[in-house]
Amino acid sequence: MGFDTPEDVRYTEEHEWIKDEGDGEARIGITDFAQDQLTDVVYVDLPFTEEEFDQGDAMMVVESVKSVSDVYAPVDCTVTDINEELETAPELVNEDPYGDGWMALVELDDPSQLDELMDAEDYREFTENEA
Amino acid sequence: MPDEDRGFRQAYWDEPTLFDLDEGPQPSDQFPEGADHGLPEDLTREDAGVPTVMRSRVTRHFTRLAQMTYGVDTGTYPLGSCTMKYNAKAAELLAQDEGLLHAHPLQREEDVQGILELLYDLGDRLREIAGLDAVTLQPAAGAQGEFVAMRMVRAYFEDRGELGEDSRCEVVIPDSAHGTNPASAAMAGFDVLEIPSGDDGCVDLSALEDALSERTAAFMLTNPNTLGLFEQNVEKIAEMVHDVGAKLYYDGANLNAILGVTSPGAMGFDLAHFNVHKTFATPHGGGGPGAGPVACTDELEPYLPVPRITRDPEAEPEHRLDWEREDSIGAVRGFHGNVGVLVRAAAYILMHGSDGLADNTRRAVANANYVHQRIKDAYPAPGGDLKKHEFVASAADLEETKGITAKDVAKRLLDHGIHAPQTYWPMVVDEALMIEPTETESREELDAFVDALLSIADEDPETVTSAPHTTALSRVDDVGAARNPILTWDQANDE
Ligand SMILES: Cc1ncc(COP(=O)(O)O)c(C=O)c1O
Repeated sequence: MGFDTPEDVRYTEEHEWIKDEGDGEARIGITDFAQDQLTDVVYVDLPFTEEEFDQGDAMMVVESVKSVSDVYAPVDCTVTDINEELETAPELVNEDPYGDGWMALVELDDPSQLDELMDAEDYREFTENEA
Repeated sequence: MPDEDRGFRQAYWDEPTLFDLDEGPQPSDQFPEGADHGLPEDLTREDAGVPTVMRSRVTRHFTRLAQMTYGVDTGTYPLGSCTMKYNAKAAELLAQDEGLLHAHPLQREEDVQGILELLYDLGDRLREIAGLDAVTLQPAAGAQGEFVAMRMVRAYFEDRGELGEDSRCEVVIPDSAHGTNPASAAMAGFDVLEIPSGDDGCVDLSALEDALSERTAAFMLTNPNTLGLFEQNVEKIAEMVHDVGAKLYYDGANLNAILGVTSPGAMGFDLAHFNVHKTFATPHGGGGPGAGPVACTDELEPYLPVPRITRDPEAEPEHRLDWEREDSIGAVRGFHGNVGVLVRAAAYILMHGSDGLADNTRRAVANANYVHQRIKDAYPAPGGDLKKHEFVASAADLEETKGITAKDVAKRLLDHGIHAPQTYWPMVVDEALMIEPTETESREELDAFVDALLSIADEDPETVTSAPHTTALSRVDDVGAARNPILTWDQANDE
């Protein structure tokens, strides 16, 4: 169905993306597929900076008119920055999921964990099977 | 308009708020100007911020609003999990009894023996219905009942020195549970562990097995579950939970499916809450008022909240409020609970008697199965074919073939003068329409509901996706309302 799946990020089965920003940092958000499934996002519950997460921990909450979903930590990490714009403009998650709709910037505990996640091709295949 | 035969049109008044109708300060027959009110000067003010409107206009205002609303007294209200049954007006009359209505919560015990007796007896009956040993009537709703029960479980393990960082710190909950379950457990200080449901929509025993350990304090279960399916393995589940030393909690939202036929106690539960406002036909909607009594086993009884109502026929007065319970988790709500609601529940139980309650249960289950059987080709419901008092149908096929979503079906039902079912919950079913007809719908009303659902499935998508057409308001901007809520009159006027 033609969802946007940029090549320069990694993907999880829970439909998060994570982008290596170099220097042991990475940016996290939800995929185009995820925002489409959720429909209009009305609220994003962001983590605190310096909060630590293990891979798979519930890290954030995205609320749409249809449902409330957890966003899980794609890797072990510590939050260094959050996208405060989402507090007043949650629609950015729908409009630009990989850009202005990013959610958290994190410091990676182990950058090699990124390699274990799906690349764009794997993820396209994964979502096709899921749909 | 396809609905013209049925002739449903909701009243519509372009009705302003009372603030918009404010006529400013008016002479009052109750508080004549310059009268000595005896209040200190520095505690009085000229403008109370309350609009002044002529009595006739106020009456019209509320009558118009009432005409534009929809309730159980207007028509079918199949809102799953909410048990929107008809509330007998006789119970209403009893609750309006002068003596009950004007009793003050601070009156001396000896002067309110009647109400204490009524509440004590209600507790006794709820205890029997739950198949458990003790009851509190204090919690103000189901969610608070859950919270109280989880606090009790915590106190129980704390007392035994079992509560620790790696011990009795978790509450296990199936993914089909109501959102209040994890919220209550978390608020009571537990970590929440969610387990996936099996393909049959019931608890997956191996997932449960993996989740249970000495870390587990409780397993919270709704039975029948939110798909309206009876957990066939409930006795096995109780055994597994008890084998690791944890407590089994019964979310009573769906009690209307088993009331008088079986009980949480008989199934091995240690604690349970009632949603009095669902099962026992007290009015609810718009957030209240409700009541969420909690029943428990003798073992957990010491931890029930205060005050407890006691009875001693030898003593004077016979009924007392006992605040001196050393192990109690404390007070959770002011005074005696939502007494008005509890009186209605007591009336309901007495009006039906135990056989009547069981009859209601059977009828509620039959009604749900009747609707399910008639609509299942158009709206299949996952899980076993035999439902309890409710079921979750899916509009996923319609969505795929015609682009008609569960929300569109729900909106289109309004054109038939029927309230929407619960939608998009539980989240384990795509395009969920959660339907609970209750026992108080006649065969004719059920048929009209089924016919409406079937005709919607056959309609052209354009008509359905632009519905409702015959209500006071059509589609509202729910995204705008969620992103930018305007909650007060001042706010609306600042915009
Ligand atoms: C399954 C379930 N559990 C708990 C609750 C919470 O009850 P209450 O709304 O009385 O707080 C509900 C309410 O709808 C429910 O459906």
